[in-house]
Amino acid sequence: MRTKNQLKKLSEFTSAKHPVRRMRRLKERAIESLLFLAAASSVLVTVAIVSILVTESIPFFEKVTLKEFLTDTEWTPLFENAHYGILPLINGTFLSTMIALIVAIPLGTVAAAFLSEYVRPSVREFLKPVLELLAAVPSVIYGYFALLFVTPLLQKMIPTLGGFNVLSAGLVMGVMIIPYVSSLSEDAMQSVPSHLREASFAVGASRMQTAFHVVIPAAFSGISSAYILGVSRAFGETMVVAIAAGMQPNLTLDPTQPAATITAFIVQVSLGDLPHGSIGYRSIYVAGLSLLILTLCFNILGLWLRKKFQEKE
Amino acid sequence: MDLNVRAEVKNLKFSYGDKQVLNGVTLPIYENRVTALIGPSGCGKTTMLRCFNRMHDLYAHANYQGEILLHPGAINILGKEIDPMEVRMRIGMVFQKPNPFPKSIYENVAYGLKVRGVKKKSFIEEQVEKSLQQAGLWNEAKDRLHSPATALSGGQQQRLCIARALATEPEILLLDEPTSALDPISTRHIEELVQELRKEVTIVIVTHSLHQAARASDYTAFMYLGDLVEFGASEQVFTTPKDPKTESYITGRFG
Amino acid sequence: MEREINPRQELLSNIRRRQRWDFAFAMMGLMSLLFALLTLLALIVDLAITGVPRIDFAFFMNFPSRFPAKAGIISAWVGSLCVMLTTAFCAIPLGIAAGVYLEEYAKKNWFSQLIELNIINLAGIPSITYGLMALGLFVYQFKLGQSILTAGLTLGLLVLPIIIVTTREAIRSVPNLIREASYAMGASKWQTIRHHILPYSTGGILTGVIISLSRAIGETAPLITIGALTFIAFLPTSPIVGHVPFVSFKWLMDPFTVMPIQMFNWLSRPQEEFHVNAAATGVVLLVMTLLMNAGAIYLRSRFRKKMKW
Repeated sequence: MRTKNQLKKLSEFTSAKHPVRRMRRLKERAIESLLFLAAASSVLVTVAIVSILVTESIPFFEKVTLKEFLTDTEWTPLFENAHYGILPLINGTFLSTMIALIVAIPLGTVAAAFLSEYVRPSVREFLKPVLELLAAVPSVIYGYFALLFVTPLLQKMIPTLGGFNVLSAGLVMGVMIIPYVSSLSEDAMQSVPSHLREASFAVGASRMQTAFHVVIPAAFSGISSAYILGVSRAFGETMVVAIAAGMQPNLTLDPTQPAATITAFIVQVSLGDLPHGSIGYRSIYVAGLSLLILTLCFNILGLWLRKKFQEKE
Repeated sequence: MDLNVRAEVKNLKFSYGDKQVLNGVTLPIYENRVTALIGPSGCGKTTMLRCFNRMHDLYAHANYQGEILLHPGAINILGKEIDPMEVRMRIGMVFQKPNPFPKSIYENVAYGLKVRGVKKKSFIEEQVEKSLQQAGLWNEAKDRLHSPATALSGGQQQRLCIARALATEPEILLLDEPTSALDPISTRHIEELVQELRKEVTIVIVTHSLHQAARASDYTAFMYLGDLVEFGASEQVFTTPKDPKTESYITGRFG
Repeated sequence: MEREINPRQELLSNIRRRQRWDFAFAMMGLMSLLFALLTLLALIVDLAITGVPRIDFAFFMNFPSRFPAKAGIISAWVGSLCVMLTTAFCAIPLGIAAGVYLEEYAKKNWFSQLIELNIINLAGIPSITYGLMALGLFVYQFKLGQSILTAGLTLGLLVLPIIIVTTREAIRSVPNLIREASYAMGASKWQTIRHHILPYSTGGILTGVIISLSRAIGETAPLITIGALTFIAFLPTSPIVGHVPFVSFKWLMDPFTVMPIQMFNWLSRPQEEFHVNAAATGVVLLVMTLLMNAGAIYLRSRFRKKMKW
């Protein structure tokens, strides 16, 4: 008879003290701990980034006062007569970001509304990934495009435009971040429940009225995070500006001039051979830290705005 | 009593993709009367109601055949040359689940006028008050017109949706199971409202509840599997149904 | 009834007016889309016209050179390959494990919330700051030098959030019914994950892995920051050696260059011939990126069709 034997075995097996069960429990615990370590390691990355940026920056401020850093209008850490004013780099970063946003936000939002409210689902399923390919193209290729295609094109319209300028870099950056703006905005618009749309159409609203009066306000929170992501991308974009904007710190609001962003400066220094621990080496950490703080401030501002808007709703 | 026919459904067929939902329905809608559409789930009553303001046009694969004539003038509102927007401006609709916009009460009611481009503030205010009064919500809402509509209770929200539909003075008001998401007291409230409203507007109501149809409607159409089985005065349909299918439905043998 | 004639005309003209606006807006939407897509097309065509004629077998097999006509990208593509391998090896297991933990194990407490917030933040940090961190930590403190290992680790950390987020999304789309069915059969948590959840979410996870690698292959800035050389006239040490144990990991510590850096280097020279080389490198890079992305799109749509719960 096999049943009796089998039953005995099974009951033995299910007893908590059975070695097989104990092993199994141990294994489960070990695996859980391992997975936990993997998840926790992502926090370590942040800790590493912040602490390295801070510790490598501190010695910089032993040589340069915070006042000079924030108010000097020149940034020439690699020259004989060195100046350490971050303003020209921040100016370059903001200028190129502004140009990019002037392109990306209207085009991205309108494209998102078009995809979400006007186009059949099957067409949307096709067009969206194609649009997202814009975000997949490596930024060094965008740099090539800005320097050797867009700048010559712009020079035909503005004959005085130099080979390196913020305008061309900013415009190309704008195209590059369109999918960040449009994809997330479109997701947000799609998640607006269809009964709200029906309610609007039912009183005789047009598609555009439905989009502007109902869908976009209801999706505002998601759309604003799309904008924030777009701004973060533009702030941190490096190669396009390093290649096409000329890497010259320049305190100007004229987009036809060359300029350097924070990121472009870091690339410029890294390409040279700076001794570890020199003030030039420190300066890229200070620049990086400034960039991180700027990005963070902007993200917090965005979160705060969103919260404020949601409370109003 | 002489009744005006406000709209006529003529051999209406509707399919969604390959799925035939309505197989040719013919039905009059009388002016200033309440017509109830009843029948078991999937019989096509809601589908037919949504034909009246071309809601199906919002989705792909919808296909109409036949006519719905709007009188006077006998305009076929399903005609290709008729813009769905025109139909929706003339025929209002209230949905199963209350669906106020996440805006203020005032903005909700004024929305229909706003999309028509009405600018005159005094006129809009007048209309908002009038339609909120018609919908029996004025007393509860007059002191909080600018607070969010989503803070209202379910029953209030549904009355707000009725007010929103009334603000543009539609010729016909469509109600799609307006009480299915509401508690009995709110349901009662809306049924009484329907009785009041029919003095001013022609109403077509889809309902799941036979009691509601019997209580609140003048005419009843019983539909089954995409066909109109029986149409008549509600009293007749509920007391002396002609068709055995109607009888077994209203006596609760299926549905 | 008078209502008929006049009011209807008014209604129709109101509709016509609004529909003109509607049409104008639709056109604007179409234009925006077309503008973006045509720009992409212009970019591809411009790059291809300049670059494709330059590509031949020798271009793949030559080292960079002072003479543009003799220069090639062998050190760059081998470098890219080695860095990608290292990146994949470090980021994929870590990312999937973290995703599984967060989705299946994590309890709702302050620490798991911290991890979640942190991952969202990591995804928004500019890539160049990863390079700065790696320069300070891997290059100088761990003394790993400007090596393939440093580059792989840097890019691995950079794409980690992408893998974690897509893994979580893929796991989340497995319905709870499956988990319950597995537990009901007496399976343990890990068995449920191994035998059911991971296999059913492979498509989604794979999509994330491909997208993250395609992102890593095009990254330039963080690698410049860690000091990747731009002129490399040799290959990394061979991974196969003539003596026991026949495999060597010495290549991990070798200096390297990658395709985007090679392209950037050629692009920053004034001579036009080097720009042609840059375009040719760009074509190779773009083809690889687009192929990877097309693969990811295909996989995603396939799994979406197949997995109908």
